[in-house]
Amino acid sequence: MAAPVVVWLPGALLRLFSDATGRVELDAASVSEVMDGLDARWPGMRDRLCDESPAIRRHISVFVGGDRMELEAKLPPGAEVFILTAISGG
Amino acid sequence: MPQEVHLLVGTKKGAFILNSTDRKSWSQRGPFCEAWPINHVYADPASGTVYAGGGNEWFGPAVWKSRDLGRTWTHSSKGLAYAEGAEPVKSVWSLAARNGRLYAGVEPAGLFRSDDEGETWEEVKGLRDHPSRQQWHPGAGGLILHSMVLNPEDDNEMWVAISAAGVFHSADSGSNFAPRNQGTRADFNPEGQRYPEFGQCVHCLVGAPGMPQRLYQQNHCGMYRSDDGGRTWASIEAGLPSDFGFPAAAHPRDPETLFLVPLNGAIEGRYPPEARAAVWVTRDSGATWTAMRKGLPQENAYFGVLRQALATDRLAPAGVYFGTSGGEVYVSADEGDSFAAIARHLPAIYSVETLVAG
Repeated sequence: MAAPVVVWLPGALLRLFSDATGRVELDAASVSEVMDGLDARWPGMRDRLCDESPAIRRHISVFVGGDRMELEAKLPPGAEVFILTAISGG
Repeated sequence: MPQEVHLLVGTKKGAFILNSTDRKSWSQRGPFCEAWPINHVYADPASGTVYAGGGNEWFGPAVWKSRDLGRTWTHSSKGLAYAEGAEPVKSVWSLAARNGRLYAGVEPAGLFRSDDEGETWEEVKGLRDHPSRQQWHPGAGGLILHSMVLNPEDDNEMWVAISAAGVFHSADSGSNFAPRNQGTRADFNPEGQRYPEFGQCVHCLVGAPGMPQRLYQQNHCGMYRSDDGGRTWASIEAGLPSDFGFPAAAHPRDPETLFLVPLNGAIEGRYPPEARAAVWVTRDSGATWTAMRKGLPQENAYFGVLRQALATDRLAPAGVYFGTSGGEVYVSADEGDSFAAIARHLPAIYSVETLVAG
């Protein structure tokens, strides 16, 4: 059994899902599977992070090992996945 | 027993709800919806459920829902999406309900419906597949479906308005739509092409109470009335200070009465003419117009009033409400004879609607 990935969620997202936690462990081999895992745990969360292209939303970033990842990117066992909101607004 | 008016306000930074039992003294709550940009806050008059449609730069489009007048909220966009590969839905612009079915107009322009109070959504195919769709062009506010008129006497009939594609009509619950713009101008087109079948920049479309085939529209290029469900339109702008403005609001009972907030022009600054604020009213279906100014600023009023930011309530006499781009809300409890500011310093106001309880 591969080690689960560790996913860190941004505070702005946590405010939309009252029972969500900032750190979550998931069995996932790709960023897309991370999104599926988050959605299974907190229904609707994938729609907040991804659009129907399908792609990660423009002002959301997913970083692994310092690199920005696309939805189809593969993840090594135990990867640490940071989901960030861009600095935007006014 | 006094009736309580809930004024539902959508702003650039969240939804607000103001309450009053006398339309003089108001209390204010909000911002709700995590301060997302909220284009439209709307209550289903049958259930009292409040919906707020908008879109967030980070998290995309959603319809928020509150069954307890704003105390608690949920949100969903399940199914509120185009097919893979299409330009994604950016935000929700307009909401309307009829007999348990909720509709959402979105950007880029399209229409969705929900039969479970906004939990899940399905696209209305007649607009997606419309042959004119590839030729729709956005206005300054985007390519948005901002107005819906649902015939209260015919569950299958509806009109929608899209900037800048025009008015479209369906008699079969949205399976098919046809443009209904004959008689409305597109002054921005080359000479000789100013009355196209579609492509007009309609700003707001409303129905008249008790006359389901009567429609009024504020257009980028004029003010119009139709008495035949939009098949033909007649100009009713004579007597108005400008042919430009965004919102229109029907009287709750009188189909001859309509309220407008004309602005000085598309390229002149889009504020009240001479910077003197007024709500203009007709009581003879557009033949004559009167400016209602009492209580409104008569100098240095450089605000705008957007397409969904003017509303009436169903009380007698009817209340008239509008919100400004500067974050003020003005209320008249006497059909526009006099106004008072009931909120200031809100974020830019995108919409106002009313719900009367009791």
